[in-house]
This record gives sequence, structure tokens and C-alpha cells, in this order.
Amino acid sequence: MSTDTIAQTAPAAAAIEDLIACPHCDALYLAQMPQHGGRAICTFCHTVLIAPRRKAGKKMIALTLSVMILVVAALFFPFLDINASGFGNSTSILDAASSFRSGYMVFLSFLVASAIIFVPLLRTVLILYVLVPVVRDRPALPHARRAFRWSQELKPWAMAEIFAIGCAVALVKVQSLAHIGFGPAFWMFAVLVILVLINDNYLCTWSVWKSLELEED
Amino acid sequence: MEIARVGRRLTAREAGLVACRRCARVWPMGQARCERCGSRLVSRDTKSLQKVWAWWIAGLIAYIPANIYPMLKTNTLVSHTENTIVGGAVDLARHGSYGVAAIILIASVLIPVGKFLAIAFLAITAQRGTQVTPRARTHMYEIVEFIGRWSMIDVFVVAILSSLVQLSVVASIRPGPAAMTFALSVICTMLSAQAFDPRLIWDAMRRNQPRKTP
Ligand SMILES: [Zn+2]
Repeated sequence: MSTDTIAQTAPAAAAIEDLIACPHCDALYLAQMPQHGGRAICTFCHTVLIAPRRKAGKKMIALTLSVMILVVAALFFPFLDINASGFGNSTSILDAASSFRSGYMVFLSFLVASAIIFVPLLRTVLILYVLVPVVRDRPALPHARRAFRWSQELKPWAMAEIFAIGCAVALVKVQSLAHIGFGPAFWMFAVLVILVLINDNYLCTWSVWKSLELEED
Repeated sequence: MEIARVGRRLTAREAGLVACRRCARVWPMGQARCERCGSRLVSRDTKSLQKVWAWWIAGLIAYIPANIYPMLKTNTLVSHTENTIVGGAVDLARHGSYGVAAIILIASVLIPVGKFLAIAFLAITAQRGTQVTPRARTHMYEIVEFIGRWSMIDVFVVAILSSLVQLSVVASIRPGPAAMTFALSVICTMLSAQAFDPRLIWDAMRRNQPRKTP
């Protein structure tokens, strides 16, 4: 169903706003919205240039809202608990993020907290801020472009899904030492990982930029 | 506006335009910022390779202590052990957890070392040229960008364990100094990969065989 269309070479005369350049190899094309389900691909390096999806905006808003609710809820519920020889301990995600307390390790706490909580949350807020007006056919909110650029630049630094894999590894590591139980936050995080992955797949950045540009004219 | 001759694909640069790497919009050459998304515009990031090497070296320097010093310090009633990255994986394998040992080794050794080699290869061949096709190298660059963040797994494992395993005298786990330097190493190599301008890969090819009509 997803048919890939090769992006069209730029014709001899075209307005500059109708052109698109491949960010990976600089090849110049005439920007043309492919059919829904299709994608425009660079003929040189096969980078996906445009990949619109049906009702992408609404789906993204729904997913992004769920991510936000899950992250906030997961913060306050117990995450994992442990029992061995009569001693027990339970930990929340906030505890895990702030586990590096001594001296320079505080920096690491800040880093872990950012990567698994603050950056993913900030990204969801920024994306909602940009997309909600677009989907409702309202004028874009002030600084929407800057907000969208930041949400894109932060993308590599949001690592919630990597943290989830880390949990699985940690469980195996201590299973010989003690009995481990899963708290509600653990399951919330598992769902969250799937949502984050689907969400990133839905976003066609070029389409969003295009609509933000039209807004202003 | 004359932007393409018949049968030959132009780059934005050849058309006298500069492309925005963030939003793919093109502007007249010489414009400083993209009016659509606000990113800084550079036709070719000439300082790109310097930045790549600076972060690369910083990442490598941080990676050495990350492998020498302990990542985890485990105290139990009977023992006190300190595990390095590789030592921890060996321990896991000895207890029969081969899958998890493999995940740790891949995320903490194979990916970082592969990344150092791949970025160095891309940076060197962007200047000197190579037999490896530009498409293969672009592919390599995409893999490096995608996979780099997954090295953070071990840092998160340490974070989880040292907050979870606090059982008074029975068992406790604390982070070792390597957790810090390893995290720094991952950040530096991510910044190194981000500093690389992939358009340099294709420029070298276009320089070598400029007027080839398909
Ligand atoms: Zn391309």
C-alpha cells in the first residue's frame, strides 16, 4: 500500500518556495505532495523527503497527550520493588533518576532525569503547542516555528525507550540476588515506549513546516 | 530562474541556492537564516570536520576511563565486588544470562567502538575520497546517528540498580566512576556525529566526476 515515488527533479523554471533540497546530499527537487501512503524519496541517497499520513495530525495529538499523561503518572507510582531476606525496597522513576548523589555524580542524575523525563515531556508539550492549532485550522500560536524546531532538535536526547530496555537488563542482573516485583509505573512505561515509537513514525516534518509557512501568508 | 539543465540533476549549491538542513527549504545563496524555521544556513559547513574531530577525541578520551574504572559497586553480606563494563558482562555470562551479557557488550563495547571507527572513516573519506559509494556512506551515517543513543542503556541500568538495590546490610549497589565517564563519552560521540555534514560525502563524488550525464 505504501508506494514510494521518486522525488521529481526540479524543472527549468520554478519558484524558490516550490523547491526542496535533500538534507543529506543537497539534491534539488520540485516539492510535490505524494499521495497519502506514498513517500517522496531522494534519487541520490534514498533519504525520505516527504511522507504524509492520513489524519496524521489528530493521531499524533492523541498519542502525544497519552505520552504526557503516562510520563507524569509514571513519575509518582512505584516502579519496581525488591525483596530479599526480609528486607524490602521500592523505587520510583524519580528515585532512579536521582540515584547519583555523591559529588560530581549529581551531574549524572541531572542527565538521566533529563533524558527520561524532562526532554520527552518538553517534546510532547512543544508538539502539542504546534499541532493543535494546525489540526483545528486555527492560526498558529506565537513562536510555533521555533517550538517545532526545538522539538526536532531535542529528538535524539529523549531516551525513554532506551530506559525501558535498561529496566529489563537491570531485572535480569539482580534476579539472583533478590525477588523483583513490578509496580504500576513499570507497565505505564512499557506502554509509553510503544506510543513514542508509533508517534515518531507519524510525523512528516516537511508537511508541518509547509502548513506553518502557509499560516503566515 | 534557470536551475536545471536537461538530463542532469542539480544540487542546491550548484543552483546558487542554500538549503536548510532542518526543514529542507531553499534560499538564495548568502542568506544567513532560514526564514521558515529559523535555523542557521550554511551551504557547506566548512568547520564541520573540525567539530567532528574535536568531539570525537573528547569522546575517545572519556571512553578509556569508562572501561578501566568500575561501573557498579556491589556490597552483600559476604562480599564486596566492583565490576567494570566488560567484567559485569562476563559475570552475567558466567551465571548463564547470555542474552543480557550480549546486550551489554553490544551497547557498551561494540556500538561505541564501531561508532568511533565509522565517524573517523566518514570524516577521513569526506576529504580524501574512497572506493566506497556515497550511498553506502550515507547509509553508514544514518546508522551511526540512529544507533548512538542506545549506548546509554548501561548508564540507565546503573541508575536503576543503585536506586533499587538498597537493602541495608543484605545487599546494596552504588554507581562507580565509570558511569560518569561513559555517559560523557556517549554524549560526545552523539555530538560528533551531529556535527558531521553528510553533504560532504556527495560533494567529493561530484567533484571527481562532474559532467556525467545519465
Ligand atoms: Zn539526498
